[in-house]
Amino acid sequence: MITLIDGLSLGSIYALIALGYTMVYGIAKMLNFAHGDVIMVGAYAIVITLSYSVSPIVAIVASIVLCTLLGIVIEKVAYKPLRGASPLAVLITAIGVSYFLQGVAQLVFGSQPKPVASVWRQLPAIPSLNDLGITTGAAVTLVCGVIIMVALTLFIKCTKTGRAMLAVSEDRGAAVLMGINVNKIITVTFAVGSALAAFAGMFYLFQIPNAEPTLGAMPGITAFTAAVIGGIGSIPGAMVGGILLGVVEKLCLASPLSSYTVAIKFSLLIVILLVKPTGLLGKITREKV
Amino acid sequence: MSEVMLRTENLGISFGGLKAAQDVNLTINKGDLYGLIGPNGAGKTTVFNLLTGVYQPTTGKFFLDGEELTGKKQEIINRKGIARTFQNIRLFNNMTVISNVMVALNNLPEYKCSPFASMFRLPKHFETEKKMRDRAKELLDIFGLKEERNTLACNLPYGKQRKLEIARAMATNPKLLLLDEPAAGMNPNETAELMNTIRFVRDNFDMTILLIEHDMKLVGGICEKVTVLNFGQELAKGNTAEVLNDPRVITAYIGEDE
Repeated sequence: MITLIDGLSLGSIYALIALGYTMVYGIAKMLNFAHGDVIMVGAYAIVITLSYSVSPIVAIVASIVLCTLLGIVIEKVAYKPLRGASPLAVLITAIGVSYFLQGVAQLVFGSQPKPVASVWRQLPAIPSLNDLGITTGAAVTLVCGVIIMVALTLFIKCTKTGRAMLAVSEDRGAAVLMGINVNKIITVTFAVGSALAAFAGMFYLFQIPNAEPTLGAMPGITAFTAAVIGGIGSIPGAMVGGILLGVVEKLCLASPLSSYTVAIKFSLLIVILLVKPTGLLGKITREKV
Repeated sequence: MSEVMLRTENLGISFGGLKAAQDVNLTINKGDLYGLIGPNGAGKTTVFNLLTGVYQPTTGKFFLDGEELTGKKQEIINRKGIARTFQNIRLFNNMTVISNVMVALNNLPEYKCSPFASMFRLPKHFETEKKMRDRAKELLDIFGLKEERNTLACNLPYGKQRKLEIARAMATNPKLLLLDEPAAGMNPNETAELMNTIRFVRDNFDMTILLIEHDMKLVGGICEKVTVLNFGQELAKGNTAEVLNDPRVITAYIGEDE
């Protein structure tokens, strides 16, 4: 039971990251492999601001603002000039941006792991939950994660920007001829995706003791796997895939097979893709003859 | 003397050595229902793509309502007043009928609302949403799609999808509507209904319409004037009845008499 809650909590972190991958893929038709490193920047933003002993609220706001801006800048500087270039060029650029961010983080923050300030680690106790063995961090992550996902769904379904995003992801050519500024929509997508990454970074700091320049790599690749499992491009798919992987990871860690956790996690991808090649909630595109 | 809505001046494009369209000189007056016809591969859709900014012309210019739009971006051209439908229907299939129309309202100044207002659900957001929804309902009502507004676009019958495409294009509040083979794949009843819809749009919205069509009954039935393209060039133009009886046009369509 506790493992399950922990898994759901970790899963909602993965889901938040996977949403970033899947939204960018759906709208810009590219894989933003630098997404994991935006999480790292968000986490460092928390660690650094907290080291000046400011209120956690300030740290949270700083992290969100920084990540959102970073997302927009990455898109403008690295990806926008490649609009219309071959997907392979964009993919390599994304990997380049990822290493660039890790390199800069090493230069600026040093390669030594930085401990997370104790305010962040010692959350106020919630006795009724803590007695059951559920940590406050896990509870906060789970609740906030669900709230953010509901808010995102509402944003996409019920706002004009959201509808434009859906339209662009379905048929960019038709959308642009209906007067939609595709570049603006792509920028908004990167901004929203990166803000989600900031949240993921914050919650991830509940799980790990130190921040280091490569901290985004593992959750990043796991969440990417989650997005593919759910069906890349599908928003509910990313949520389902993320939560599934989080639960599987925690259940494995609690079982005698714990040393095979990573292997099991990624084998799941292979198994699911064998059965459903487009992912759990992916669109089935029938090839027309 | 009526006002000119669209004028093209030697408009043309070549892809490598292939001149897909050259020296196209269209003059379409305000309120015209104008046909663009020609055999397959004559360059009709190419002309539409030039007029909507999908392709940039290699020669010539075009003007909408006196304003030059050559070389402008697609979304700008749309906002300046050219909207279109597609030969093979391109609706946003996994969105509802009403969302399809609301997307097209996105960039009209009267529905301006920043993403921040939407994100934090300020009153402005709800106000804009309501205005957009009402306008979309109004349009769907005109096109007889109000009942289906909450179904997914891909679940509509074919004839209604065509209508929805026209409704979506009309939502962008154009001055000139381009219809690319609106009757393609329709049975005679649906075509007759479509002709009524097109006439209705012209009369009620005071719209100028340029349409590509192979169905000569439709062209002869509703277009006052036509231009015939063949191998990317103008073959004939003028009043529909005269042009359709022009021996050169008949030759282009069915070949030389042996």
